[in-house]
Amino acid sequence: MLSLRLYMLQRITALLMAPLVVGHLAVMIYAIQGGLSAAEILGRTQGSVAWFLFYGLFVVAVSIHGAIGLRTVMHEWGGLKGAALEAAMWIIGFGLFALGARAVWAVTFA
Amino acid sequence: MSMTRGITSRAHPLWLAYILHRLSGVGLALFLPFHFWILSLALTSPARLDGFLAFTEIGIVKLAEFGLVFLLAVHMFGGLRLMAMEWLPWTPPQKTLAAGATALSFLIAALFLMQAV
Repeated sequence: MLSLRLYMLQRITALLMAPLVVGHLAVMIYAIQGGLSAAEILGRTQGSVAWFLFYGLFVVAVSIHGAIGLRTVMHEWGGLKGAALEAAMWIIGFGLFALGARAVWAVTFA
Repeated sequence: MSMTRGITSRAHPLWLAYILHRLSGVGLALFLPFHFWILSLALTSPARLDGFLAFTEIGIVKLAEFGLVFLLAVHMFGGLRLMAMEWLPWTPPQKTLAAGATALSFLIAALFLMQAV
């Protein structure tokens, strides 16, 4: 992909995630009180369209952001380039998305 | 040229901001697959999810969670500082902003830890 496109995608996903991260931090601080249980987590998220959209959007954005970020690190620190670098980025992106989508589904509508 | 003479890049506080942003990003990316996998246990094996959540009651695990919360907060605030530097017309004291981002992240992570224990 063009580096300008990667640069813009990285910034757009970052801006999109800033409020999501603030929300996630707040939920963590709130939810951790008195310990966590599967029932408590599922009680909050199961059947909730709002949480599905919140975490679904988060997963899409973080998959793109993480893949592009690691692409930069693999290039600068790992010396990876060309097709191998592109392939690694796409594998990381799709891998994160698959795992994340499954997790969101598991706690909302599964 | 004369301004930078005698200053190695790593001696600058903003090099620390750069390395903190990079390492927190890599750390979060490595943590995410594990995070997603654990949550998916709600679907495949709820008992194992509860078993894992009980494991998070151990003090040292809470300390590790404090670390993860800090990584998330510092990556976000550090990233906002970076974008402000790149895009906004004004040039505020970047060292102060970087220090502020780290301090605020530490505060959030400490708040989390206080609620966790």
